[in-house]
Amino acid sequence: MLLEVSHLTVDIGTPNGVERVVNSGSFSLDEGESLGVVGESGSGKTMTSLALMGLTPENAFVSGSIRFEGRELVRLDEEEMRALRGDRMAMIFQEPMTALNPLHRVGAQVAEPLILHRGMTKAAASARAVELLEHVRLADPARAARAYPFALSGGERQRAMIAMAIGCSPRLVIADEPTTALDVTVQARILDLIDGLRAESKMALVLVSHDLAVIAGHCDRVIVMYAGAIMESGPVEAVLTKPRNPYTRALLDARPRSGARRGEPLKTIPGAPPLHHEAGRGCPFAPRCPLAIEVCRTTPPPEAMFGADRASRCHRARELA
Amino acid sequence: MRRGRRFRIRGGLSLWIGAALVGALLIAAAISFVWTPYPPAAIDIPHKFAPSSASHWFGTDSLGRDVASQLLAGSRVSILVGVVAVGIGLVLGLAFGLVAAFSRGVVEDAIMKASDFVFAFPALLSAIMLTSTYGPGVVNAIIAIGVYNVPVIAKLTRATANSVLAREYALAARAAGRGPIAIAFDHVLPNIAAALIVQATIQFAIAILAEAALSYLGFGAQPPQASWGRMLSEAQNVLYNAPLLAVFPGVAIALSVLGLNLLGDGLRDALDPKLKARS
Amino acid sequence: MLLYALQRLAVLAATLFFASIIVFAVMNVLPGNAAETMLGPTATPEAVAALSHKLGLDQPLLARYAHWVGGALRGDLGLSYAYGAPIAPLIASSLAVSAPLAAMAMALAAAIALSAGVYAADRRGKTGDAIVMGASQIGLAVPNFWLAILLVIVFAVTLRIVPAGGFPGWGEPLRALGALVLPAVALGVVQAAILTRVTRSAVIEALNEDFMRTARAKGVARRAALWRHALPNALVPILTIMGLQFANLIAGAIVVENVFVLPGLGRLMLQSISNRDTLVVENSVMLIAVIVIGLNFAVDLGCAAIDPRLRAGSA
Repeated sequence: MLLEVSHLTVDIGTPNGVERVVNSGSFSLDEGESLGVVGESGSGKTMTSLALMGLTPENAFVSGSIRFEGRELVRLDEEEMRALRGDRMAMIFQEPMTALNPLHRVGAQVAEPLILHRGMTKAAASARAVELLEHVRLADPARAARAYPFALSGGERQRAMIAMAIGCSPRLVIADEPTTALDVTVQARILDLIDGLRAESKMALVLVSHDLAVIAGHCDRVIVMYAGAIMESGPVEAVLTKPRNPYTRALLDARPRSGARRGEPLKTIPGAPPLHHEAGRGCPFAPRCPLAIEVCRTTPPPEAMFGADRASRCHRARELA
Repeated sequence: MRRGRRFRIRGGLSLWIGAALVGALLIAAAISFVWTPYPPAAIDIPHKFAPSSASHWFGTDSLGRDVASQLLAGSRVSILVGVVAVGIGLVLGLAFGLVAAFSRGVVEDAIMKASDFVFAFPALLSAIMLTSTYGPGVVNAIIAIGVYNVPVIAKLTRATANSVLAREYALAARAAGRGPIAIAFDHVLPNIAAALIVQATIQFAIAILAEAALSYLGFGAQPPQASWGRMLSEAQNVLYNAPLLAVFPGVAIALSVLGLNLLGDGLRDALDPKLKARS
Repeated sequence: MLLYALQRLAVLAATLFFASIIVFAVMNVLPGNAAETMLGPTATPEAVAALSHKLGLDQPLLARYAHWVGGALRGDLGLSYAYGAPIAPLIASSLAVSAPLAAMAMALAAAIALSAGVYAADRRGKTGDAIVMGASQIGLAVPNFWLAILLVIVFAVTLRIVPAGGFPGWGEPLRALGALVLPAVALGVVQAAILTRVTRSAVIEALNEDFMRTARAKGVARRAALWRHALPNALVPILTIMGLQFANLIAGAIVVENVFVLPGLGRLMLQSISNRDTLVVENSVMLIAVIVIGLNFAVDLGCAAIDPRLRAGSA
């Protein structure tokens, strides 16, 4: 197993007290697999991906276990973590506009991990950078390498970010909403590019998104997060066609449907996700859940297993089959 | 693991220390109108260069004048120049800034270019030019420093006014037919007030420094009016005899300026947390 | 880059032109008859008329302005009334003292500000930051001429290491530099206080940008990320403010030169003011304006060299 996360918890210190933004999440990922992480804003999905990379903010405290390639990452020495970042594991961020340094040429930024982790000379790394830019299907890769980020379009910049991430052939790539900031037409191509690269090199992928369609189209497995907790997890087709958790079901229902009648109101989930310091004792979704019963409000739901790789955190999971 | 304790600079601390120092300055000036240990200009040659003692708290200078009394009296000039110069800056700057924000276009550009221009001429330089042409004295110093304050306030006013005018409630007011003056008073001024107060305290501090420099050069307050800057200039002549004479006026200036800067910082934090993000 | 430089050059020329108009206006149009001022209130009308004619004051304004600018471009700034000598060499020799002084002060200020500012930004919210901020608050509050006097008290009066003032001339380069050290420190330390705060804010802002997270995700070490990724992005606002501050530096130099009795531009101006040598004052002020405007032009070019978006902006 390439990545085993168990009871990952991230607590953030704020002026209002300590907020638990990721609550005891567990999941695993094998070589070459892709895992989708879906949830609303504030569900903890970004913080989870940052925790994997060891990039949580200074006021965050990470506990639990993250085993990557057999090594425990939580509380690993910063020096050793640094050696892993960009080399064995890489991350692609959401905003290609701002994720690249405006003052460095694109080629130099793609070459940077090669120099850091492979000890290449600047010349060798620059040449390899152009090759990588070509590999991510940038038109005129040599020109792109010499250019500054502001001269490239959003899609081109994201391709450059991808090139930067795969340079050292990482075993794990974490993509945090990689296409959310891009035009719809560009989104599909970028996602296909990522798929293609994965297939070539058997890279594992953690794909974070709020868009169910993206997850459905490009992931093998999925975890559904709400208010820091993993509500449901399992193979993507099973979870998204036959959900065993009210939250998952509500998310699926809330998508606009083609073929719906004109004037039919869009389904929403009434209420709003809890603010962190408001979290009560029971299931975090209880206040908004159409199936909530008394025990949901008082006791945290247990994880109900359905087979070896499917789980749902709900008191009434068995009823939803 | 990171070394060093977490230190949170609360707006409160700056505010209190600043307010205390400024308060002390104002009290000193107020007291000096009614009482000083000795008349500040009273010459007493037999007792010149006296060290600190019970009768002369900070000693006497080269003409036997009591230093403590001069310090107290000097605070008057500093405050006077600060208040009036900043006042000029506020009134004219506000006017120009509002005109620029409401007019937009060529008028706005012209006012902004003119402001940038005044910045290119250091305050002290313009002050020297003016006082050299029209004669030294407090009034001319005030005018010179005041003129320099105008573009600072004008720029701030225009920038804030523009952002306020772009907001919906101002657009709504305009659509409802309210005239620019009404909009200015109802909407723009309340929103600028906080930023202006903070800037005013900072300009006050700068004014005190500028007045001190002018007086030091002989262009500011003239004898027998006591002024800290001139005290420093006189002290410089007798540096080898009584070096301490050069220390006290400087400390007075530094404490006043420090107090105003801290007050400005504290007010910025207290009045509008959003301003803090920009500092 | 070339296109950008040419555009800025055009703006430079326009700004210098306006500056000259304003200086000329303030010195000639407003105060009334300069000859009267020079000769004082006891002068006879004939003497005033004679001097007016000699100085060319009875010519139309436009002609006088053209004469002045034309002469300046040729290096001829006219004659000093007080010394009876050509003004240009006077100003040049005073500049030979003031320019190195300003340069040394600015270099010192920049060195302190960049190191302290980056240090404070890196340790934001911790004790190191508080110390730097506290020190800079004190630096802001201290008048530079007072610091100069204090330095004289410590080093000249008490320790007797250096003379209290004066300038031996560049014939003895080492002693000349030595004479400029204390003044440069007095000027530079106060400038450093302002610049440190600016540096700190600019670096903090750069550190909060997204590309810093990308750099760390690539495995760049914290220190390397600070100096290679954050600082270059912070440099543009820092340099811009340094340019704006230069005007204040010059103002400070005028006063500090007085403390150390340095024969610089400040001293020349002050003496000319007491001598009522208005032509010298006018040309000195104009020179200062030229230096400040020219320096800001250089800063603009420097910023464009650092930030490629600025040079493309003109497209």
